[in-house]
Amino acid sequence: MANEPLLQLTNATVVFGVKPNQTVANRNINVTVPADEPKIISIVGESGSGKTTATRVLLGLQPLTSGSATWRGKDIHALSTKEKREFRKDVQAVFQDPYGIYNPYYKIDRVFNLAIKQFNLTAGGKSKNDLILEALQAVNLRPNDVLGRYPHQLSGGERQRVMLARAYMLKPKVIVADEAISMLDVAVRAVIMNILLDFKEQLGISSIFITHDLSAAHYLGGEVLVMKRGVVVEHGDVDDVLLNPTNTYTRLLLESIPSPDPDEGWALSTQDIMDLSKEAGMSTT
Amino acid sequence: MVTVLKPSQIGGTGKNLLEMRGKPLLQVKDLQIHFNTSRGVARVVDGSTFTLNHGEIMGIAGESGSGKTTLVEAVLQIVRFPNRVTSGEVLFSPMGSTPINLMTLTQKQLRPYRGAHIAYVPQGSQNALNPVARIGDQLVVGMTDHGVKESDARSRIPALLDAVGLDGKVARLYPHELSGGMKQRVIIAMAISLEPELIVADEPTTALDVNVQRLIIDSLHHLRDTLGVAIMVVSHDLPVHAQLVDRLGVMYAGQIVETGSIREVAKESLHPYTEGLFSSVPQIGTERVRLHGIRGATPSPIAWPEGCRFHNRCPYKMDICDKVPPVFTTIDEGQVQFGNKVRTIGPNHMVACHLHAACRPKGEGQ
Repeated sequence: MANEPLLQLTNATVVFGVKPNQTVANRNINVTVPADEPKIISIVGESGSGKTTATRVLLGLQPLTSGSATWRGKDIHALSTKEKREFRKDVQAVFQDPYGIYNPYYKIDRVFNLAIKQFNLTAGGKSKNDLILEALQAVNLRPNDVLGRYPHQLSGGERQRVMLARAYMLKPKVIVADEAISMLDVAVRAVIMNILLDFKEQLGISSIFITHDLSAAHYLGGEVLVMKRGVVVEHGDVDDVLLNPTNTYTRLLLESIPSPDPDEGWALSTQDIMDLSKEAGMSTT
Repeated sequence: MVTVLKPSQIGGTGKNLLEMRGKPLLQVKDLQIHFNTSRGVARVVDGSTFTLNHGEIMGIAGESGSGKTTLVEAVLQIVRFPNRVTSGEVLFSPMGSTPINLMTLTQKQLRPYRGAHIAYVPQGSQNALNPVARIGDQLVVGMTDHGVKESDARSRIPALLDAVGLDGKVARLYPHELSGGMKQRVIIAMAISLEPELIVADEPTTALDVNVQRLIIDSLHHLRDTLGVAIMVVSHDLPVHAQLVDRLGVMYAGQIVETGSIREVAKESLHPYTEGLFSSVPQIGTERVRLHGIRGATPSPIAWPEGCRFHNRCPYKMDICDKVPPVFTTIDEGQVQFGNKVRTIGPNHMVACHLHAACRPKGEGQ
């Protein structure tokens, strides 16, 4: 089944709570990461729109209320132990908080050593050291800057790059990055996004990039899903969606983005934004 | 939406801040805030100089760890840490009074300045509202604490909420009933309640959604225009600065390395770090070119690099850069060569970079 998509959500719905206090975190979400060509898919939306729930579904961490989540055509939650292991290796996650993800008692090296041991990566004939050095090189980190050090000695950007280096070492098919750049400085954000672009071009790794930053989604290109209150309101090629939005909510988000050029103000007035908010069904404050 | 308020409707102090616009309010001179740590002296703020005028919005930009928050905490004199070593001057002259050096005052002497002359909106303060008190009551407490009669304080609530674009009935609500953007506006309403000359806001738009962020920016503009209050905004978000502030100071490794009007700093930048920051921002609608970011990482305040602190990350590095620190000085108006580009410089554009002859100390020509 070579042409089965890698990851696919079909009408994925997640409902939390019981009636009458139900929250629909995801309603009928459809996403496909194809097997034949690498792709970057961004999921954008404001806080509370269901982005993180969608991430958890994609990673197989969140059972669905209805619909399906499949890995190479098979239900993620019904994979055999062997398949599950393969899934865990082929789908790598990079999370938002580069501080919370590390155990402060262990040196950075452990992140790599555990992955090598768990997935027996030295079986390919390469030594442990070579694997680590190659991975660090792929994300432009100098081994001396990170190896032998503790997490608190690294900057946020370095920590996120270590996570990407670990992902690189496992040669995954898909990287799921949940708000991976939101806690980083602007200059470092560009570096992280470039790594994802390089992974796609040079290694054929697809990415699912969850962000609230529409300009980041535009920079990465590919496909975009705009979510609002658990529903995908617009889905398509990044340029189509972000340059010619058809949905009021997408327009509201786009028109609210401040331009880095002080000569370029906003096209819409405050009143327009409040009107748009009302039209999009958002609270005006 | 928001009606235009007369200043007297808010604080009742009768101050006319609008008349003071353009006159100096705050002058920070060679500020140094050092901490003694177990690993050595951390020079977190290490020589920063800037001036803020009445009715002006000034931004402070920089990477995390560059000292932005410590700098504003020093302006407010709330740096709390054992063994701190501080020097420099923070001269505050509200309504054209004789400048007072806030650094020399005791906490007790500072008390009348806080809230009434300088209001502080700390990072994430929208989440610090008392969850069991109504918004109106929380607004009142701040005012009565500074000697306003409770009945007077209550009567000002509608005007305060209105000034930040909130409905008067918000006063009867509890914090959990408000969205993040509404809570941030309540905090700003508290900040203006005693009609201060200066509001210091640390990351006021961070963690808010873009559409809400936009409305907060509009609110701050509105307050500056109608009340004449000066605002100092710390943010790492450059597009927010571009749309919000009049002047921008860029901080790197504990020092302000460039200041000027927002237009000039953003578009005619004279420091390679500033240039790197602005060219790292992706923009929708423009051609998709690869952003380069800035290589390397922020240095540690315990061991700032020798010479210019940016030299090990700078694409224009010269021989002098790792030996001699550049002088922070004003660049003459007119055309200036910057790398292979030409920059047009207006008044009061200051920078510290060896690419400009004026920044090289005497006898260090190249």
